[in-house]
Amino acid sequence: MELSGGEILVQCLIDEGVEYIFGYPGGAVLHIYDALFKQDKVKHILVRHEQGATHAADGYARSSGKPGVVLVTSGPGATNAVTGIATAYMDSIPMVILSGQVPMAVIGSDAFQEADISGITRPCVKHNFLVKDVTKLASTIKKAFYIATTGRPGPVLVDIPKNLTDPRVKIPYEYPKTMSLRSYNPHVKGHRWQMKKAVDCLLEAKRPMIYTGGGIILGEASAELTELTKLLGFPITNTLMGLGAYPGTDKQFVGMLGMHGTYEANMAMHDCDVLFAAGARFDDRITGIIAEFCPHAKIIHIDVDPSSISKNVRVDIPVVGELKPVLTEMIELVKSSDRKPDPVALAEWWKQIDGWRALDSLGFDRNADVIKPQYVVEQLWEMTHGDAYITSDVGQHQMFAAQFYKFDKPRRWINSGGLGTMGFGMPAAIGTKLAFPDADVYCITGEASIQMCIQELATARQYRTAIKIVNLNNGYMGMVRQWQEFSYDSRYSQTYLEALPDFVKLAESYGHMALRIDKKADVRAALEEAQKQKDRTIFLDFHIDPTENVYPMIEAGKAHNDMRLAPGVNPDAELA
Amino acid sequence: MSHIISILIENESGALARVAGLFSARGYNIESLTVAPTQDPTLSRMTLVTTGNPEIIEQITKQLNKLIDVVKLIDISESTHIERELMMVKARAINGGREEIMRLTEIFRGNILDVTPTTYIIEITGEKSKLDAFLNTVGEDNIIEVVRSGTTGILRGDRGLMV
Repeated sequence: MELSGGEILVQCLIDEGVEYIFGYPGGAVLHIYDALFKQDKVKHILVRHEQGATHAADGYARSSGKPGVVLVTSGPGATNAVTGIATAYMDSIPMVILSGQVPMAVIGSDAFQEADISGITRPCVKHNFLVKDVTKLASTIKKAFYIATTGRPGPVLVDIPKNLTDPRVKIPYEYPKTMSLRSYNPHVKGHRWQMKKAVDCLLEAKRPMIYTGGGIILGEASAELTELTKLLGFPITNTLMGLGAYPGTDKQFVGMLGMHGTYEANMAMHDCDVLFAAGARFDDRITGIIAEFCPHAKIIHIDVDPSSISKNVRVDIPVVGELKPVLTEMIELVKSSDRKPDPVALAEWWKQIDGWRALDSLGFDRNADVIKPQYVVEQLWEMTHGDAYITSDVGQHQMFAAQFYKFDKPRRWINSGGLGTMGFGMPAAIGTKLAFPDADVYCITGEASIQMCIQELATARQYRTAIKIVNLNNGYMGMVRQWQEFSYDSRYSQTYLEALPDFVKLAESYGHMALRIDKKADVRAALEEAQKQKDRTIFLDFHIDPTENVYPMIEAGKAHNDMRLAPGVNPDAELA
Repeated sequence: MSHIISILIENESGALARVAGLFSARGYNIESLTVAPTQDPTLSRMTLVTTGNPEIIEQITKQLNKLIDVVKLIDISESTHIERELMMVKARAINGGREEIMRLTEIFRGNILDVTPTTYIIEITGEKSKLDAFLNTVGEDNIIEVVRSGTTGILRGDRGLMV
């Protein structure tokens, strides 16, 4: 089969089983768009800004586990995609970005719409390629998918000069069936001896704690994690990225940990004697001040990426390997061991944890007349039985969603944890809805974040992706305002959003349904209305309490046992 | 303590930038970096001299290994090894100084590559400390220009860095 470069690219995507490609055309990719036009296997989703393309592809990848694919033109097309690429990189999301480049002959001449995108993206991709020879195009695309989806996943960018896709130049096409690279060996098996040491350590623990992150979800190891946790009977906490890896409604789950984690999760972290970390990377939002992190604990850490081990926190028993096989083997080791966890010590530990839990650190004023953001999320969780896909943006609403929507399944909670990218939520919801057309997909957002990619309302309309937007509108950049309240004597510098649009009219102008909700009594009905809409996007503009803060909070430089709790929550009184 | 990390890396465009970028992005020190193709034209060999406590060095080697283009690497300073650096010095050589610098060059087993009525160009090879010592001995006042290759190194014995 003889094909042009543009056709090769499209055929590669077909052979790779790509269902959707998110993109925006432009000069350097015209040949590719022409090749796309002539086929109907790969569906192209036209976004309204390249950032939206990357976030939509990202949402598709996070929800489905398949790589997201993006196509952008050279120069501004590619640079607009950078925020979304960096977002995927920080959360290890498999993504392949195809960018057009100016023709080889003019590279380096500051040609029109030229940008050195492989140089620009080098620090925020797992790998990138500049293809210089059309005969290497197919194998490079294969490499890109291989690298993006194996080991610790991540985005891979392939930059393609326009002359390589010239329709007049046809060459034989063959897509490699397999790929191996001498410099990259992603399939790491855990070291048996290390796993035995880890299991011995776990079975000796008096105050154990399990702490897991996004790696469990990426590694498809939720079932194994759940089995091991139940087998051991230990308390478990998840990071923001790891929510849903372990059932959020299970009694062994003590909530999210870290800066806005629950009192019980953070206290248990501080007091534990063995910390079992898996697929988590000891991010600063998790650890608080490193010097006081888990001061009494022996630390076991399983990760597929050796560079995650002992990066921020010194680990006692490292296991480098893919999560699913490692946890499977550890389950066997626990089962075949003649030792069992100490039931007396464990009962004592649970008593302590339940005491902390009784404090109800996520409590909020349920009798308030105003709409509390927590109330909206809680109602949504109740109504959807915890079974919807929830995307979010970044800020207070993201934390409320993480705290109050109890995820029982992996891949249901889709948010930008590492980079913290405002504008992520709505396009990510579009990508998620495309991956799961029959599912209920909610985007919990705020009036500041949503405006960062508001143009994608048009994409949602064009493809009839019926998403449900829950806008927790408090008129402020809430999280920044909260920090200003706590740390800057309430000097609200540039965090009040004047001149907000009428979101109802705005959403309606794009052809969506929209409701404004001012009264607490109307919250549930509005959500139920959203739940009914299966064929159209609905925008719910909730006008919420502008003064609400996210609690608990570990402020910068503080330890896990030094949380700022909601007014009226007093740990000493509760524990006495 | 200085560490000498030898790296075999795919001879691809951008490979050097990936290594250099990694060091600047993560705030690691680079003392010197040399790179040249190997007898296998698809591979380059880099020698990187860096400093840091053991935790930092561990992270550096892990992060380097994580780069897709890096095929293999070894911290050769952890084993018995030979290290060499090449230096060329353009020195002022007038009056009695001409004799003196020639003698010093002999003592340091260097070569004089170029001679003018007022200057020499001296070539010296050795460990970094030897090169530093030569410069100290010649004295700053007599030095016009110095160019150093940065350290390269190789493991002693039959072990080595090979694919």
